[in-house]
Amino acid sequence: MLIPHPLLGLRDAQEFTYLGDAALLNRPDGMAEGAAEAFFDYAYLRDNPAGPHRELWFHEQGDRSWLVVTRDTVTHEILGAELARDVALAAKGGAQ
Amino acid sequence: MQFSGFRVIKEALTGHKGWKPLWRNPDPQPSYDYIIVGGGGHGLATAWNLARTFGAKRIAVLEKGWLGSGNIGRNTTIIRSNYMLPGNEPFYELSMKLWERMEQDLNFNAMVSQRGILNLAHTDAQRDAFRRRGNAMRFAGADSELLDQDGVRAMYPWLNFDNARFPIKGGLLQRRGGTARHDGVAWGYARAADRLGVDIIQNCEVTGFRIENGRLRGVETSRGFIGAGKVGVAVAGSSGRVMAKAGLRLPIESHVLQAFVSEGLKPVVDGVITFGAGHFYVSQSDKGGLVFGGDIDGYNSYAQRGNLPVIEDVIEGGMALMPAIGRARLLRAWGGIMDMSMDGSPIIDRTPIEGLYLNAGWCYGGFKATPASGLCFAHLLATDRPHETARFLRLDRFARGLVIDEKGMGAQPNLH
Ligand SMILES: Cc1cc2nc3c(=O)[nH]c(=O)nc-3n(C[C@H](O)[C@H](O)[C@H](O)COP(=O)(O)OP(=O)(O)OC[C@H]3O[C@@H](n4cnc5c(N)ncnc54)[C@H](O)[C@@H]3O)c2cc1C
Repeated sequence: MLIPHPLLGLRDAQEFTYLGDAALLNRPDGMAEGAAEAFFDYAYLRDNPAGPHRELWFHEQGDRSWLVVTRDTVTHEILGAELARDVALAAKGGAQ
Repeated sequence: MQFSGFRVIKEALTGHKGWKPLWRNPDPQPSYDYIIVGGGGHGLATAWNLARTFGAKRIAVLEKGWLGSGNIGRNTTIIRSNYMLPGNEPFYELSMKLWERMEQDLNFNAMVSQRGILNLAHTDAQRDAFRRRGNAMRFAGADSELLDQDGVRAMYPWLNFDNARFPIKGGLLQRRGGTARHDGVAWGYARAADRLGVDIIQNCEVTGFRIENGRLRGVETSRGFIGAGKVGVAVAGSSGRVMAKAGLRLPIESHVLQAFVSEGLKPVVDGVITFGAGHFYVSQSDKGGLVFGGDIDGYNSYAQRGNLPVIEDVIEGGMALMPAIGRARLLRAWGGIMDMSMDGSPIIDRTPIEGLYLNAGWCYGGFKATPASGLCFAHLLATDRPHETARFLRLDRFARGLVIDEKGMGAQPNLH
């Protein structure tokens, strides 16, 4: 598989390590109400879809950036890749 | 039709004209007492146990494809009970005991072959860990032997003992471990269940669940609605997407594991050898092919096929351990989709929906579990209580901090 790195272009998936569902970017607040449940959900439960899946890949043998890659889990087709940093900042309401 | 030596000789002398199909091909009834979703090894073993051990009637197994087309027909057929943790070892040893009498129980030749499994050790620490594991196995009534380097040399003199990174220092041997014919296991359970009246319905995909006030009423299928008293789901790598139809999220990801077969060779590997440090394991089929595998591909997949990098990695592991393998040609490679549970251990439990039960999370090791999984899941379905040896395999163990991290790598997901 080739991953279209937003800065570096197509890179071999072998250069990356995989962490899993991109929902892991949204770490719950440990001090909030119901934090224990939120962390159980965060750490253990997965949507595990058959089809497009947003997931985290770390460019360990490259520029060491984290990417959010959208990939079809049925066909292995890669549908897009963004810098995880941009995704996280956008979720917080834009660059700071 | 009962199989026997007499029968085989009689058929041989009369042109094999008397053999019949091994199971019926019935249409679904409007409702059943028990529906098992998934016609793999676990589903079929569950149905057989429900009928035979618990005397249940009106049982159906629904399989979306043809029988045995899932992981039961895709795995590398290793059976063993060399686990360590109290939540696991007694369960796998029960399974081993059931393997030892399976062919008599089912009246079917599943080619169960106790050829021995040897886990190689490459460091002093690994050997100490194996000593501890071997002791834990013995506490649970299993057999184990710790071999030193000479002991391993006597069995397999052609292994690469002087590998610079992973010199072979010894190994843990379980002589009662071995292999079984994977398709034969599926066919044996299917035939035995069918003979007890279980309806095995192929090409019938479960597409949804009918749930009223938190109670399951039946399943929607590609062949219409089928009512059910209780439904047990045993769909191996599809657990995530099937249970999502009942509104449940599981501590499971689906991953692909590949396996490989070489061209047929003369007998060279008479047991099973595992090279944990290099992620490679190998046995030889009765047809002569070397059957081997290694790591999962490493990302969520439902593709039932893998990618080249892992093929390369597995074969490098093979070359490091047994350089002679480089002279053999690779005949086939394929992939199977497995549940990867967040602690690497299985789940046999009720779900929050009344009448819906789950058998899942077998990761890459569920073939050896087939007989015990069938017995324990049937016990749960029939009595609503967990079987003694499966009482740790709960669905809520993650929330309660009771994970079974067999690999001893800490209680966190991504162990796989
Ligand atoms: C390459 C590979 C090697 C392995 N090697 C070993 C090994 O050496 N030893 C070992 O112990 N384990 C091994 N395993 C693991 C083992 O094969 C599995 O854990 C085990 O087979 C799973 O149980 P099963 O047989 O019931 O699964 P399956 O045979 O996969 O049965 C599940 C069935 O459910 C059906 N299904 C799915 N969705 C639906 C639906 N919606 N409706 C109806 N039916 C549905 C599927 O079609 C399938 O037939 C290996 C796995 C793989 C992939």
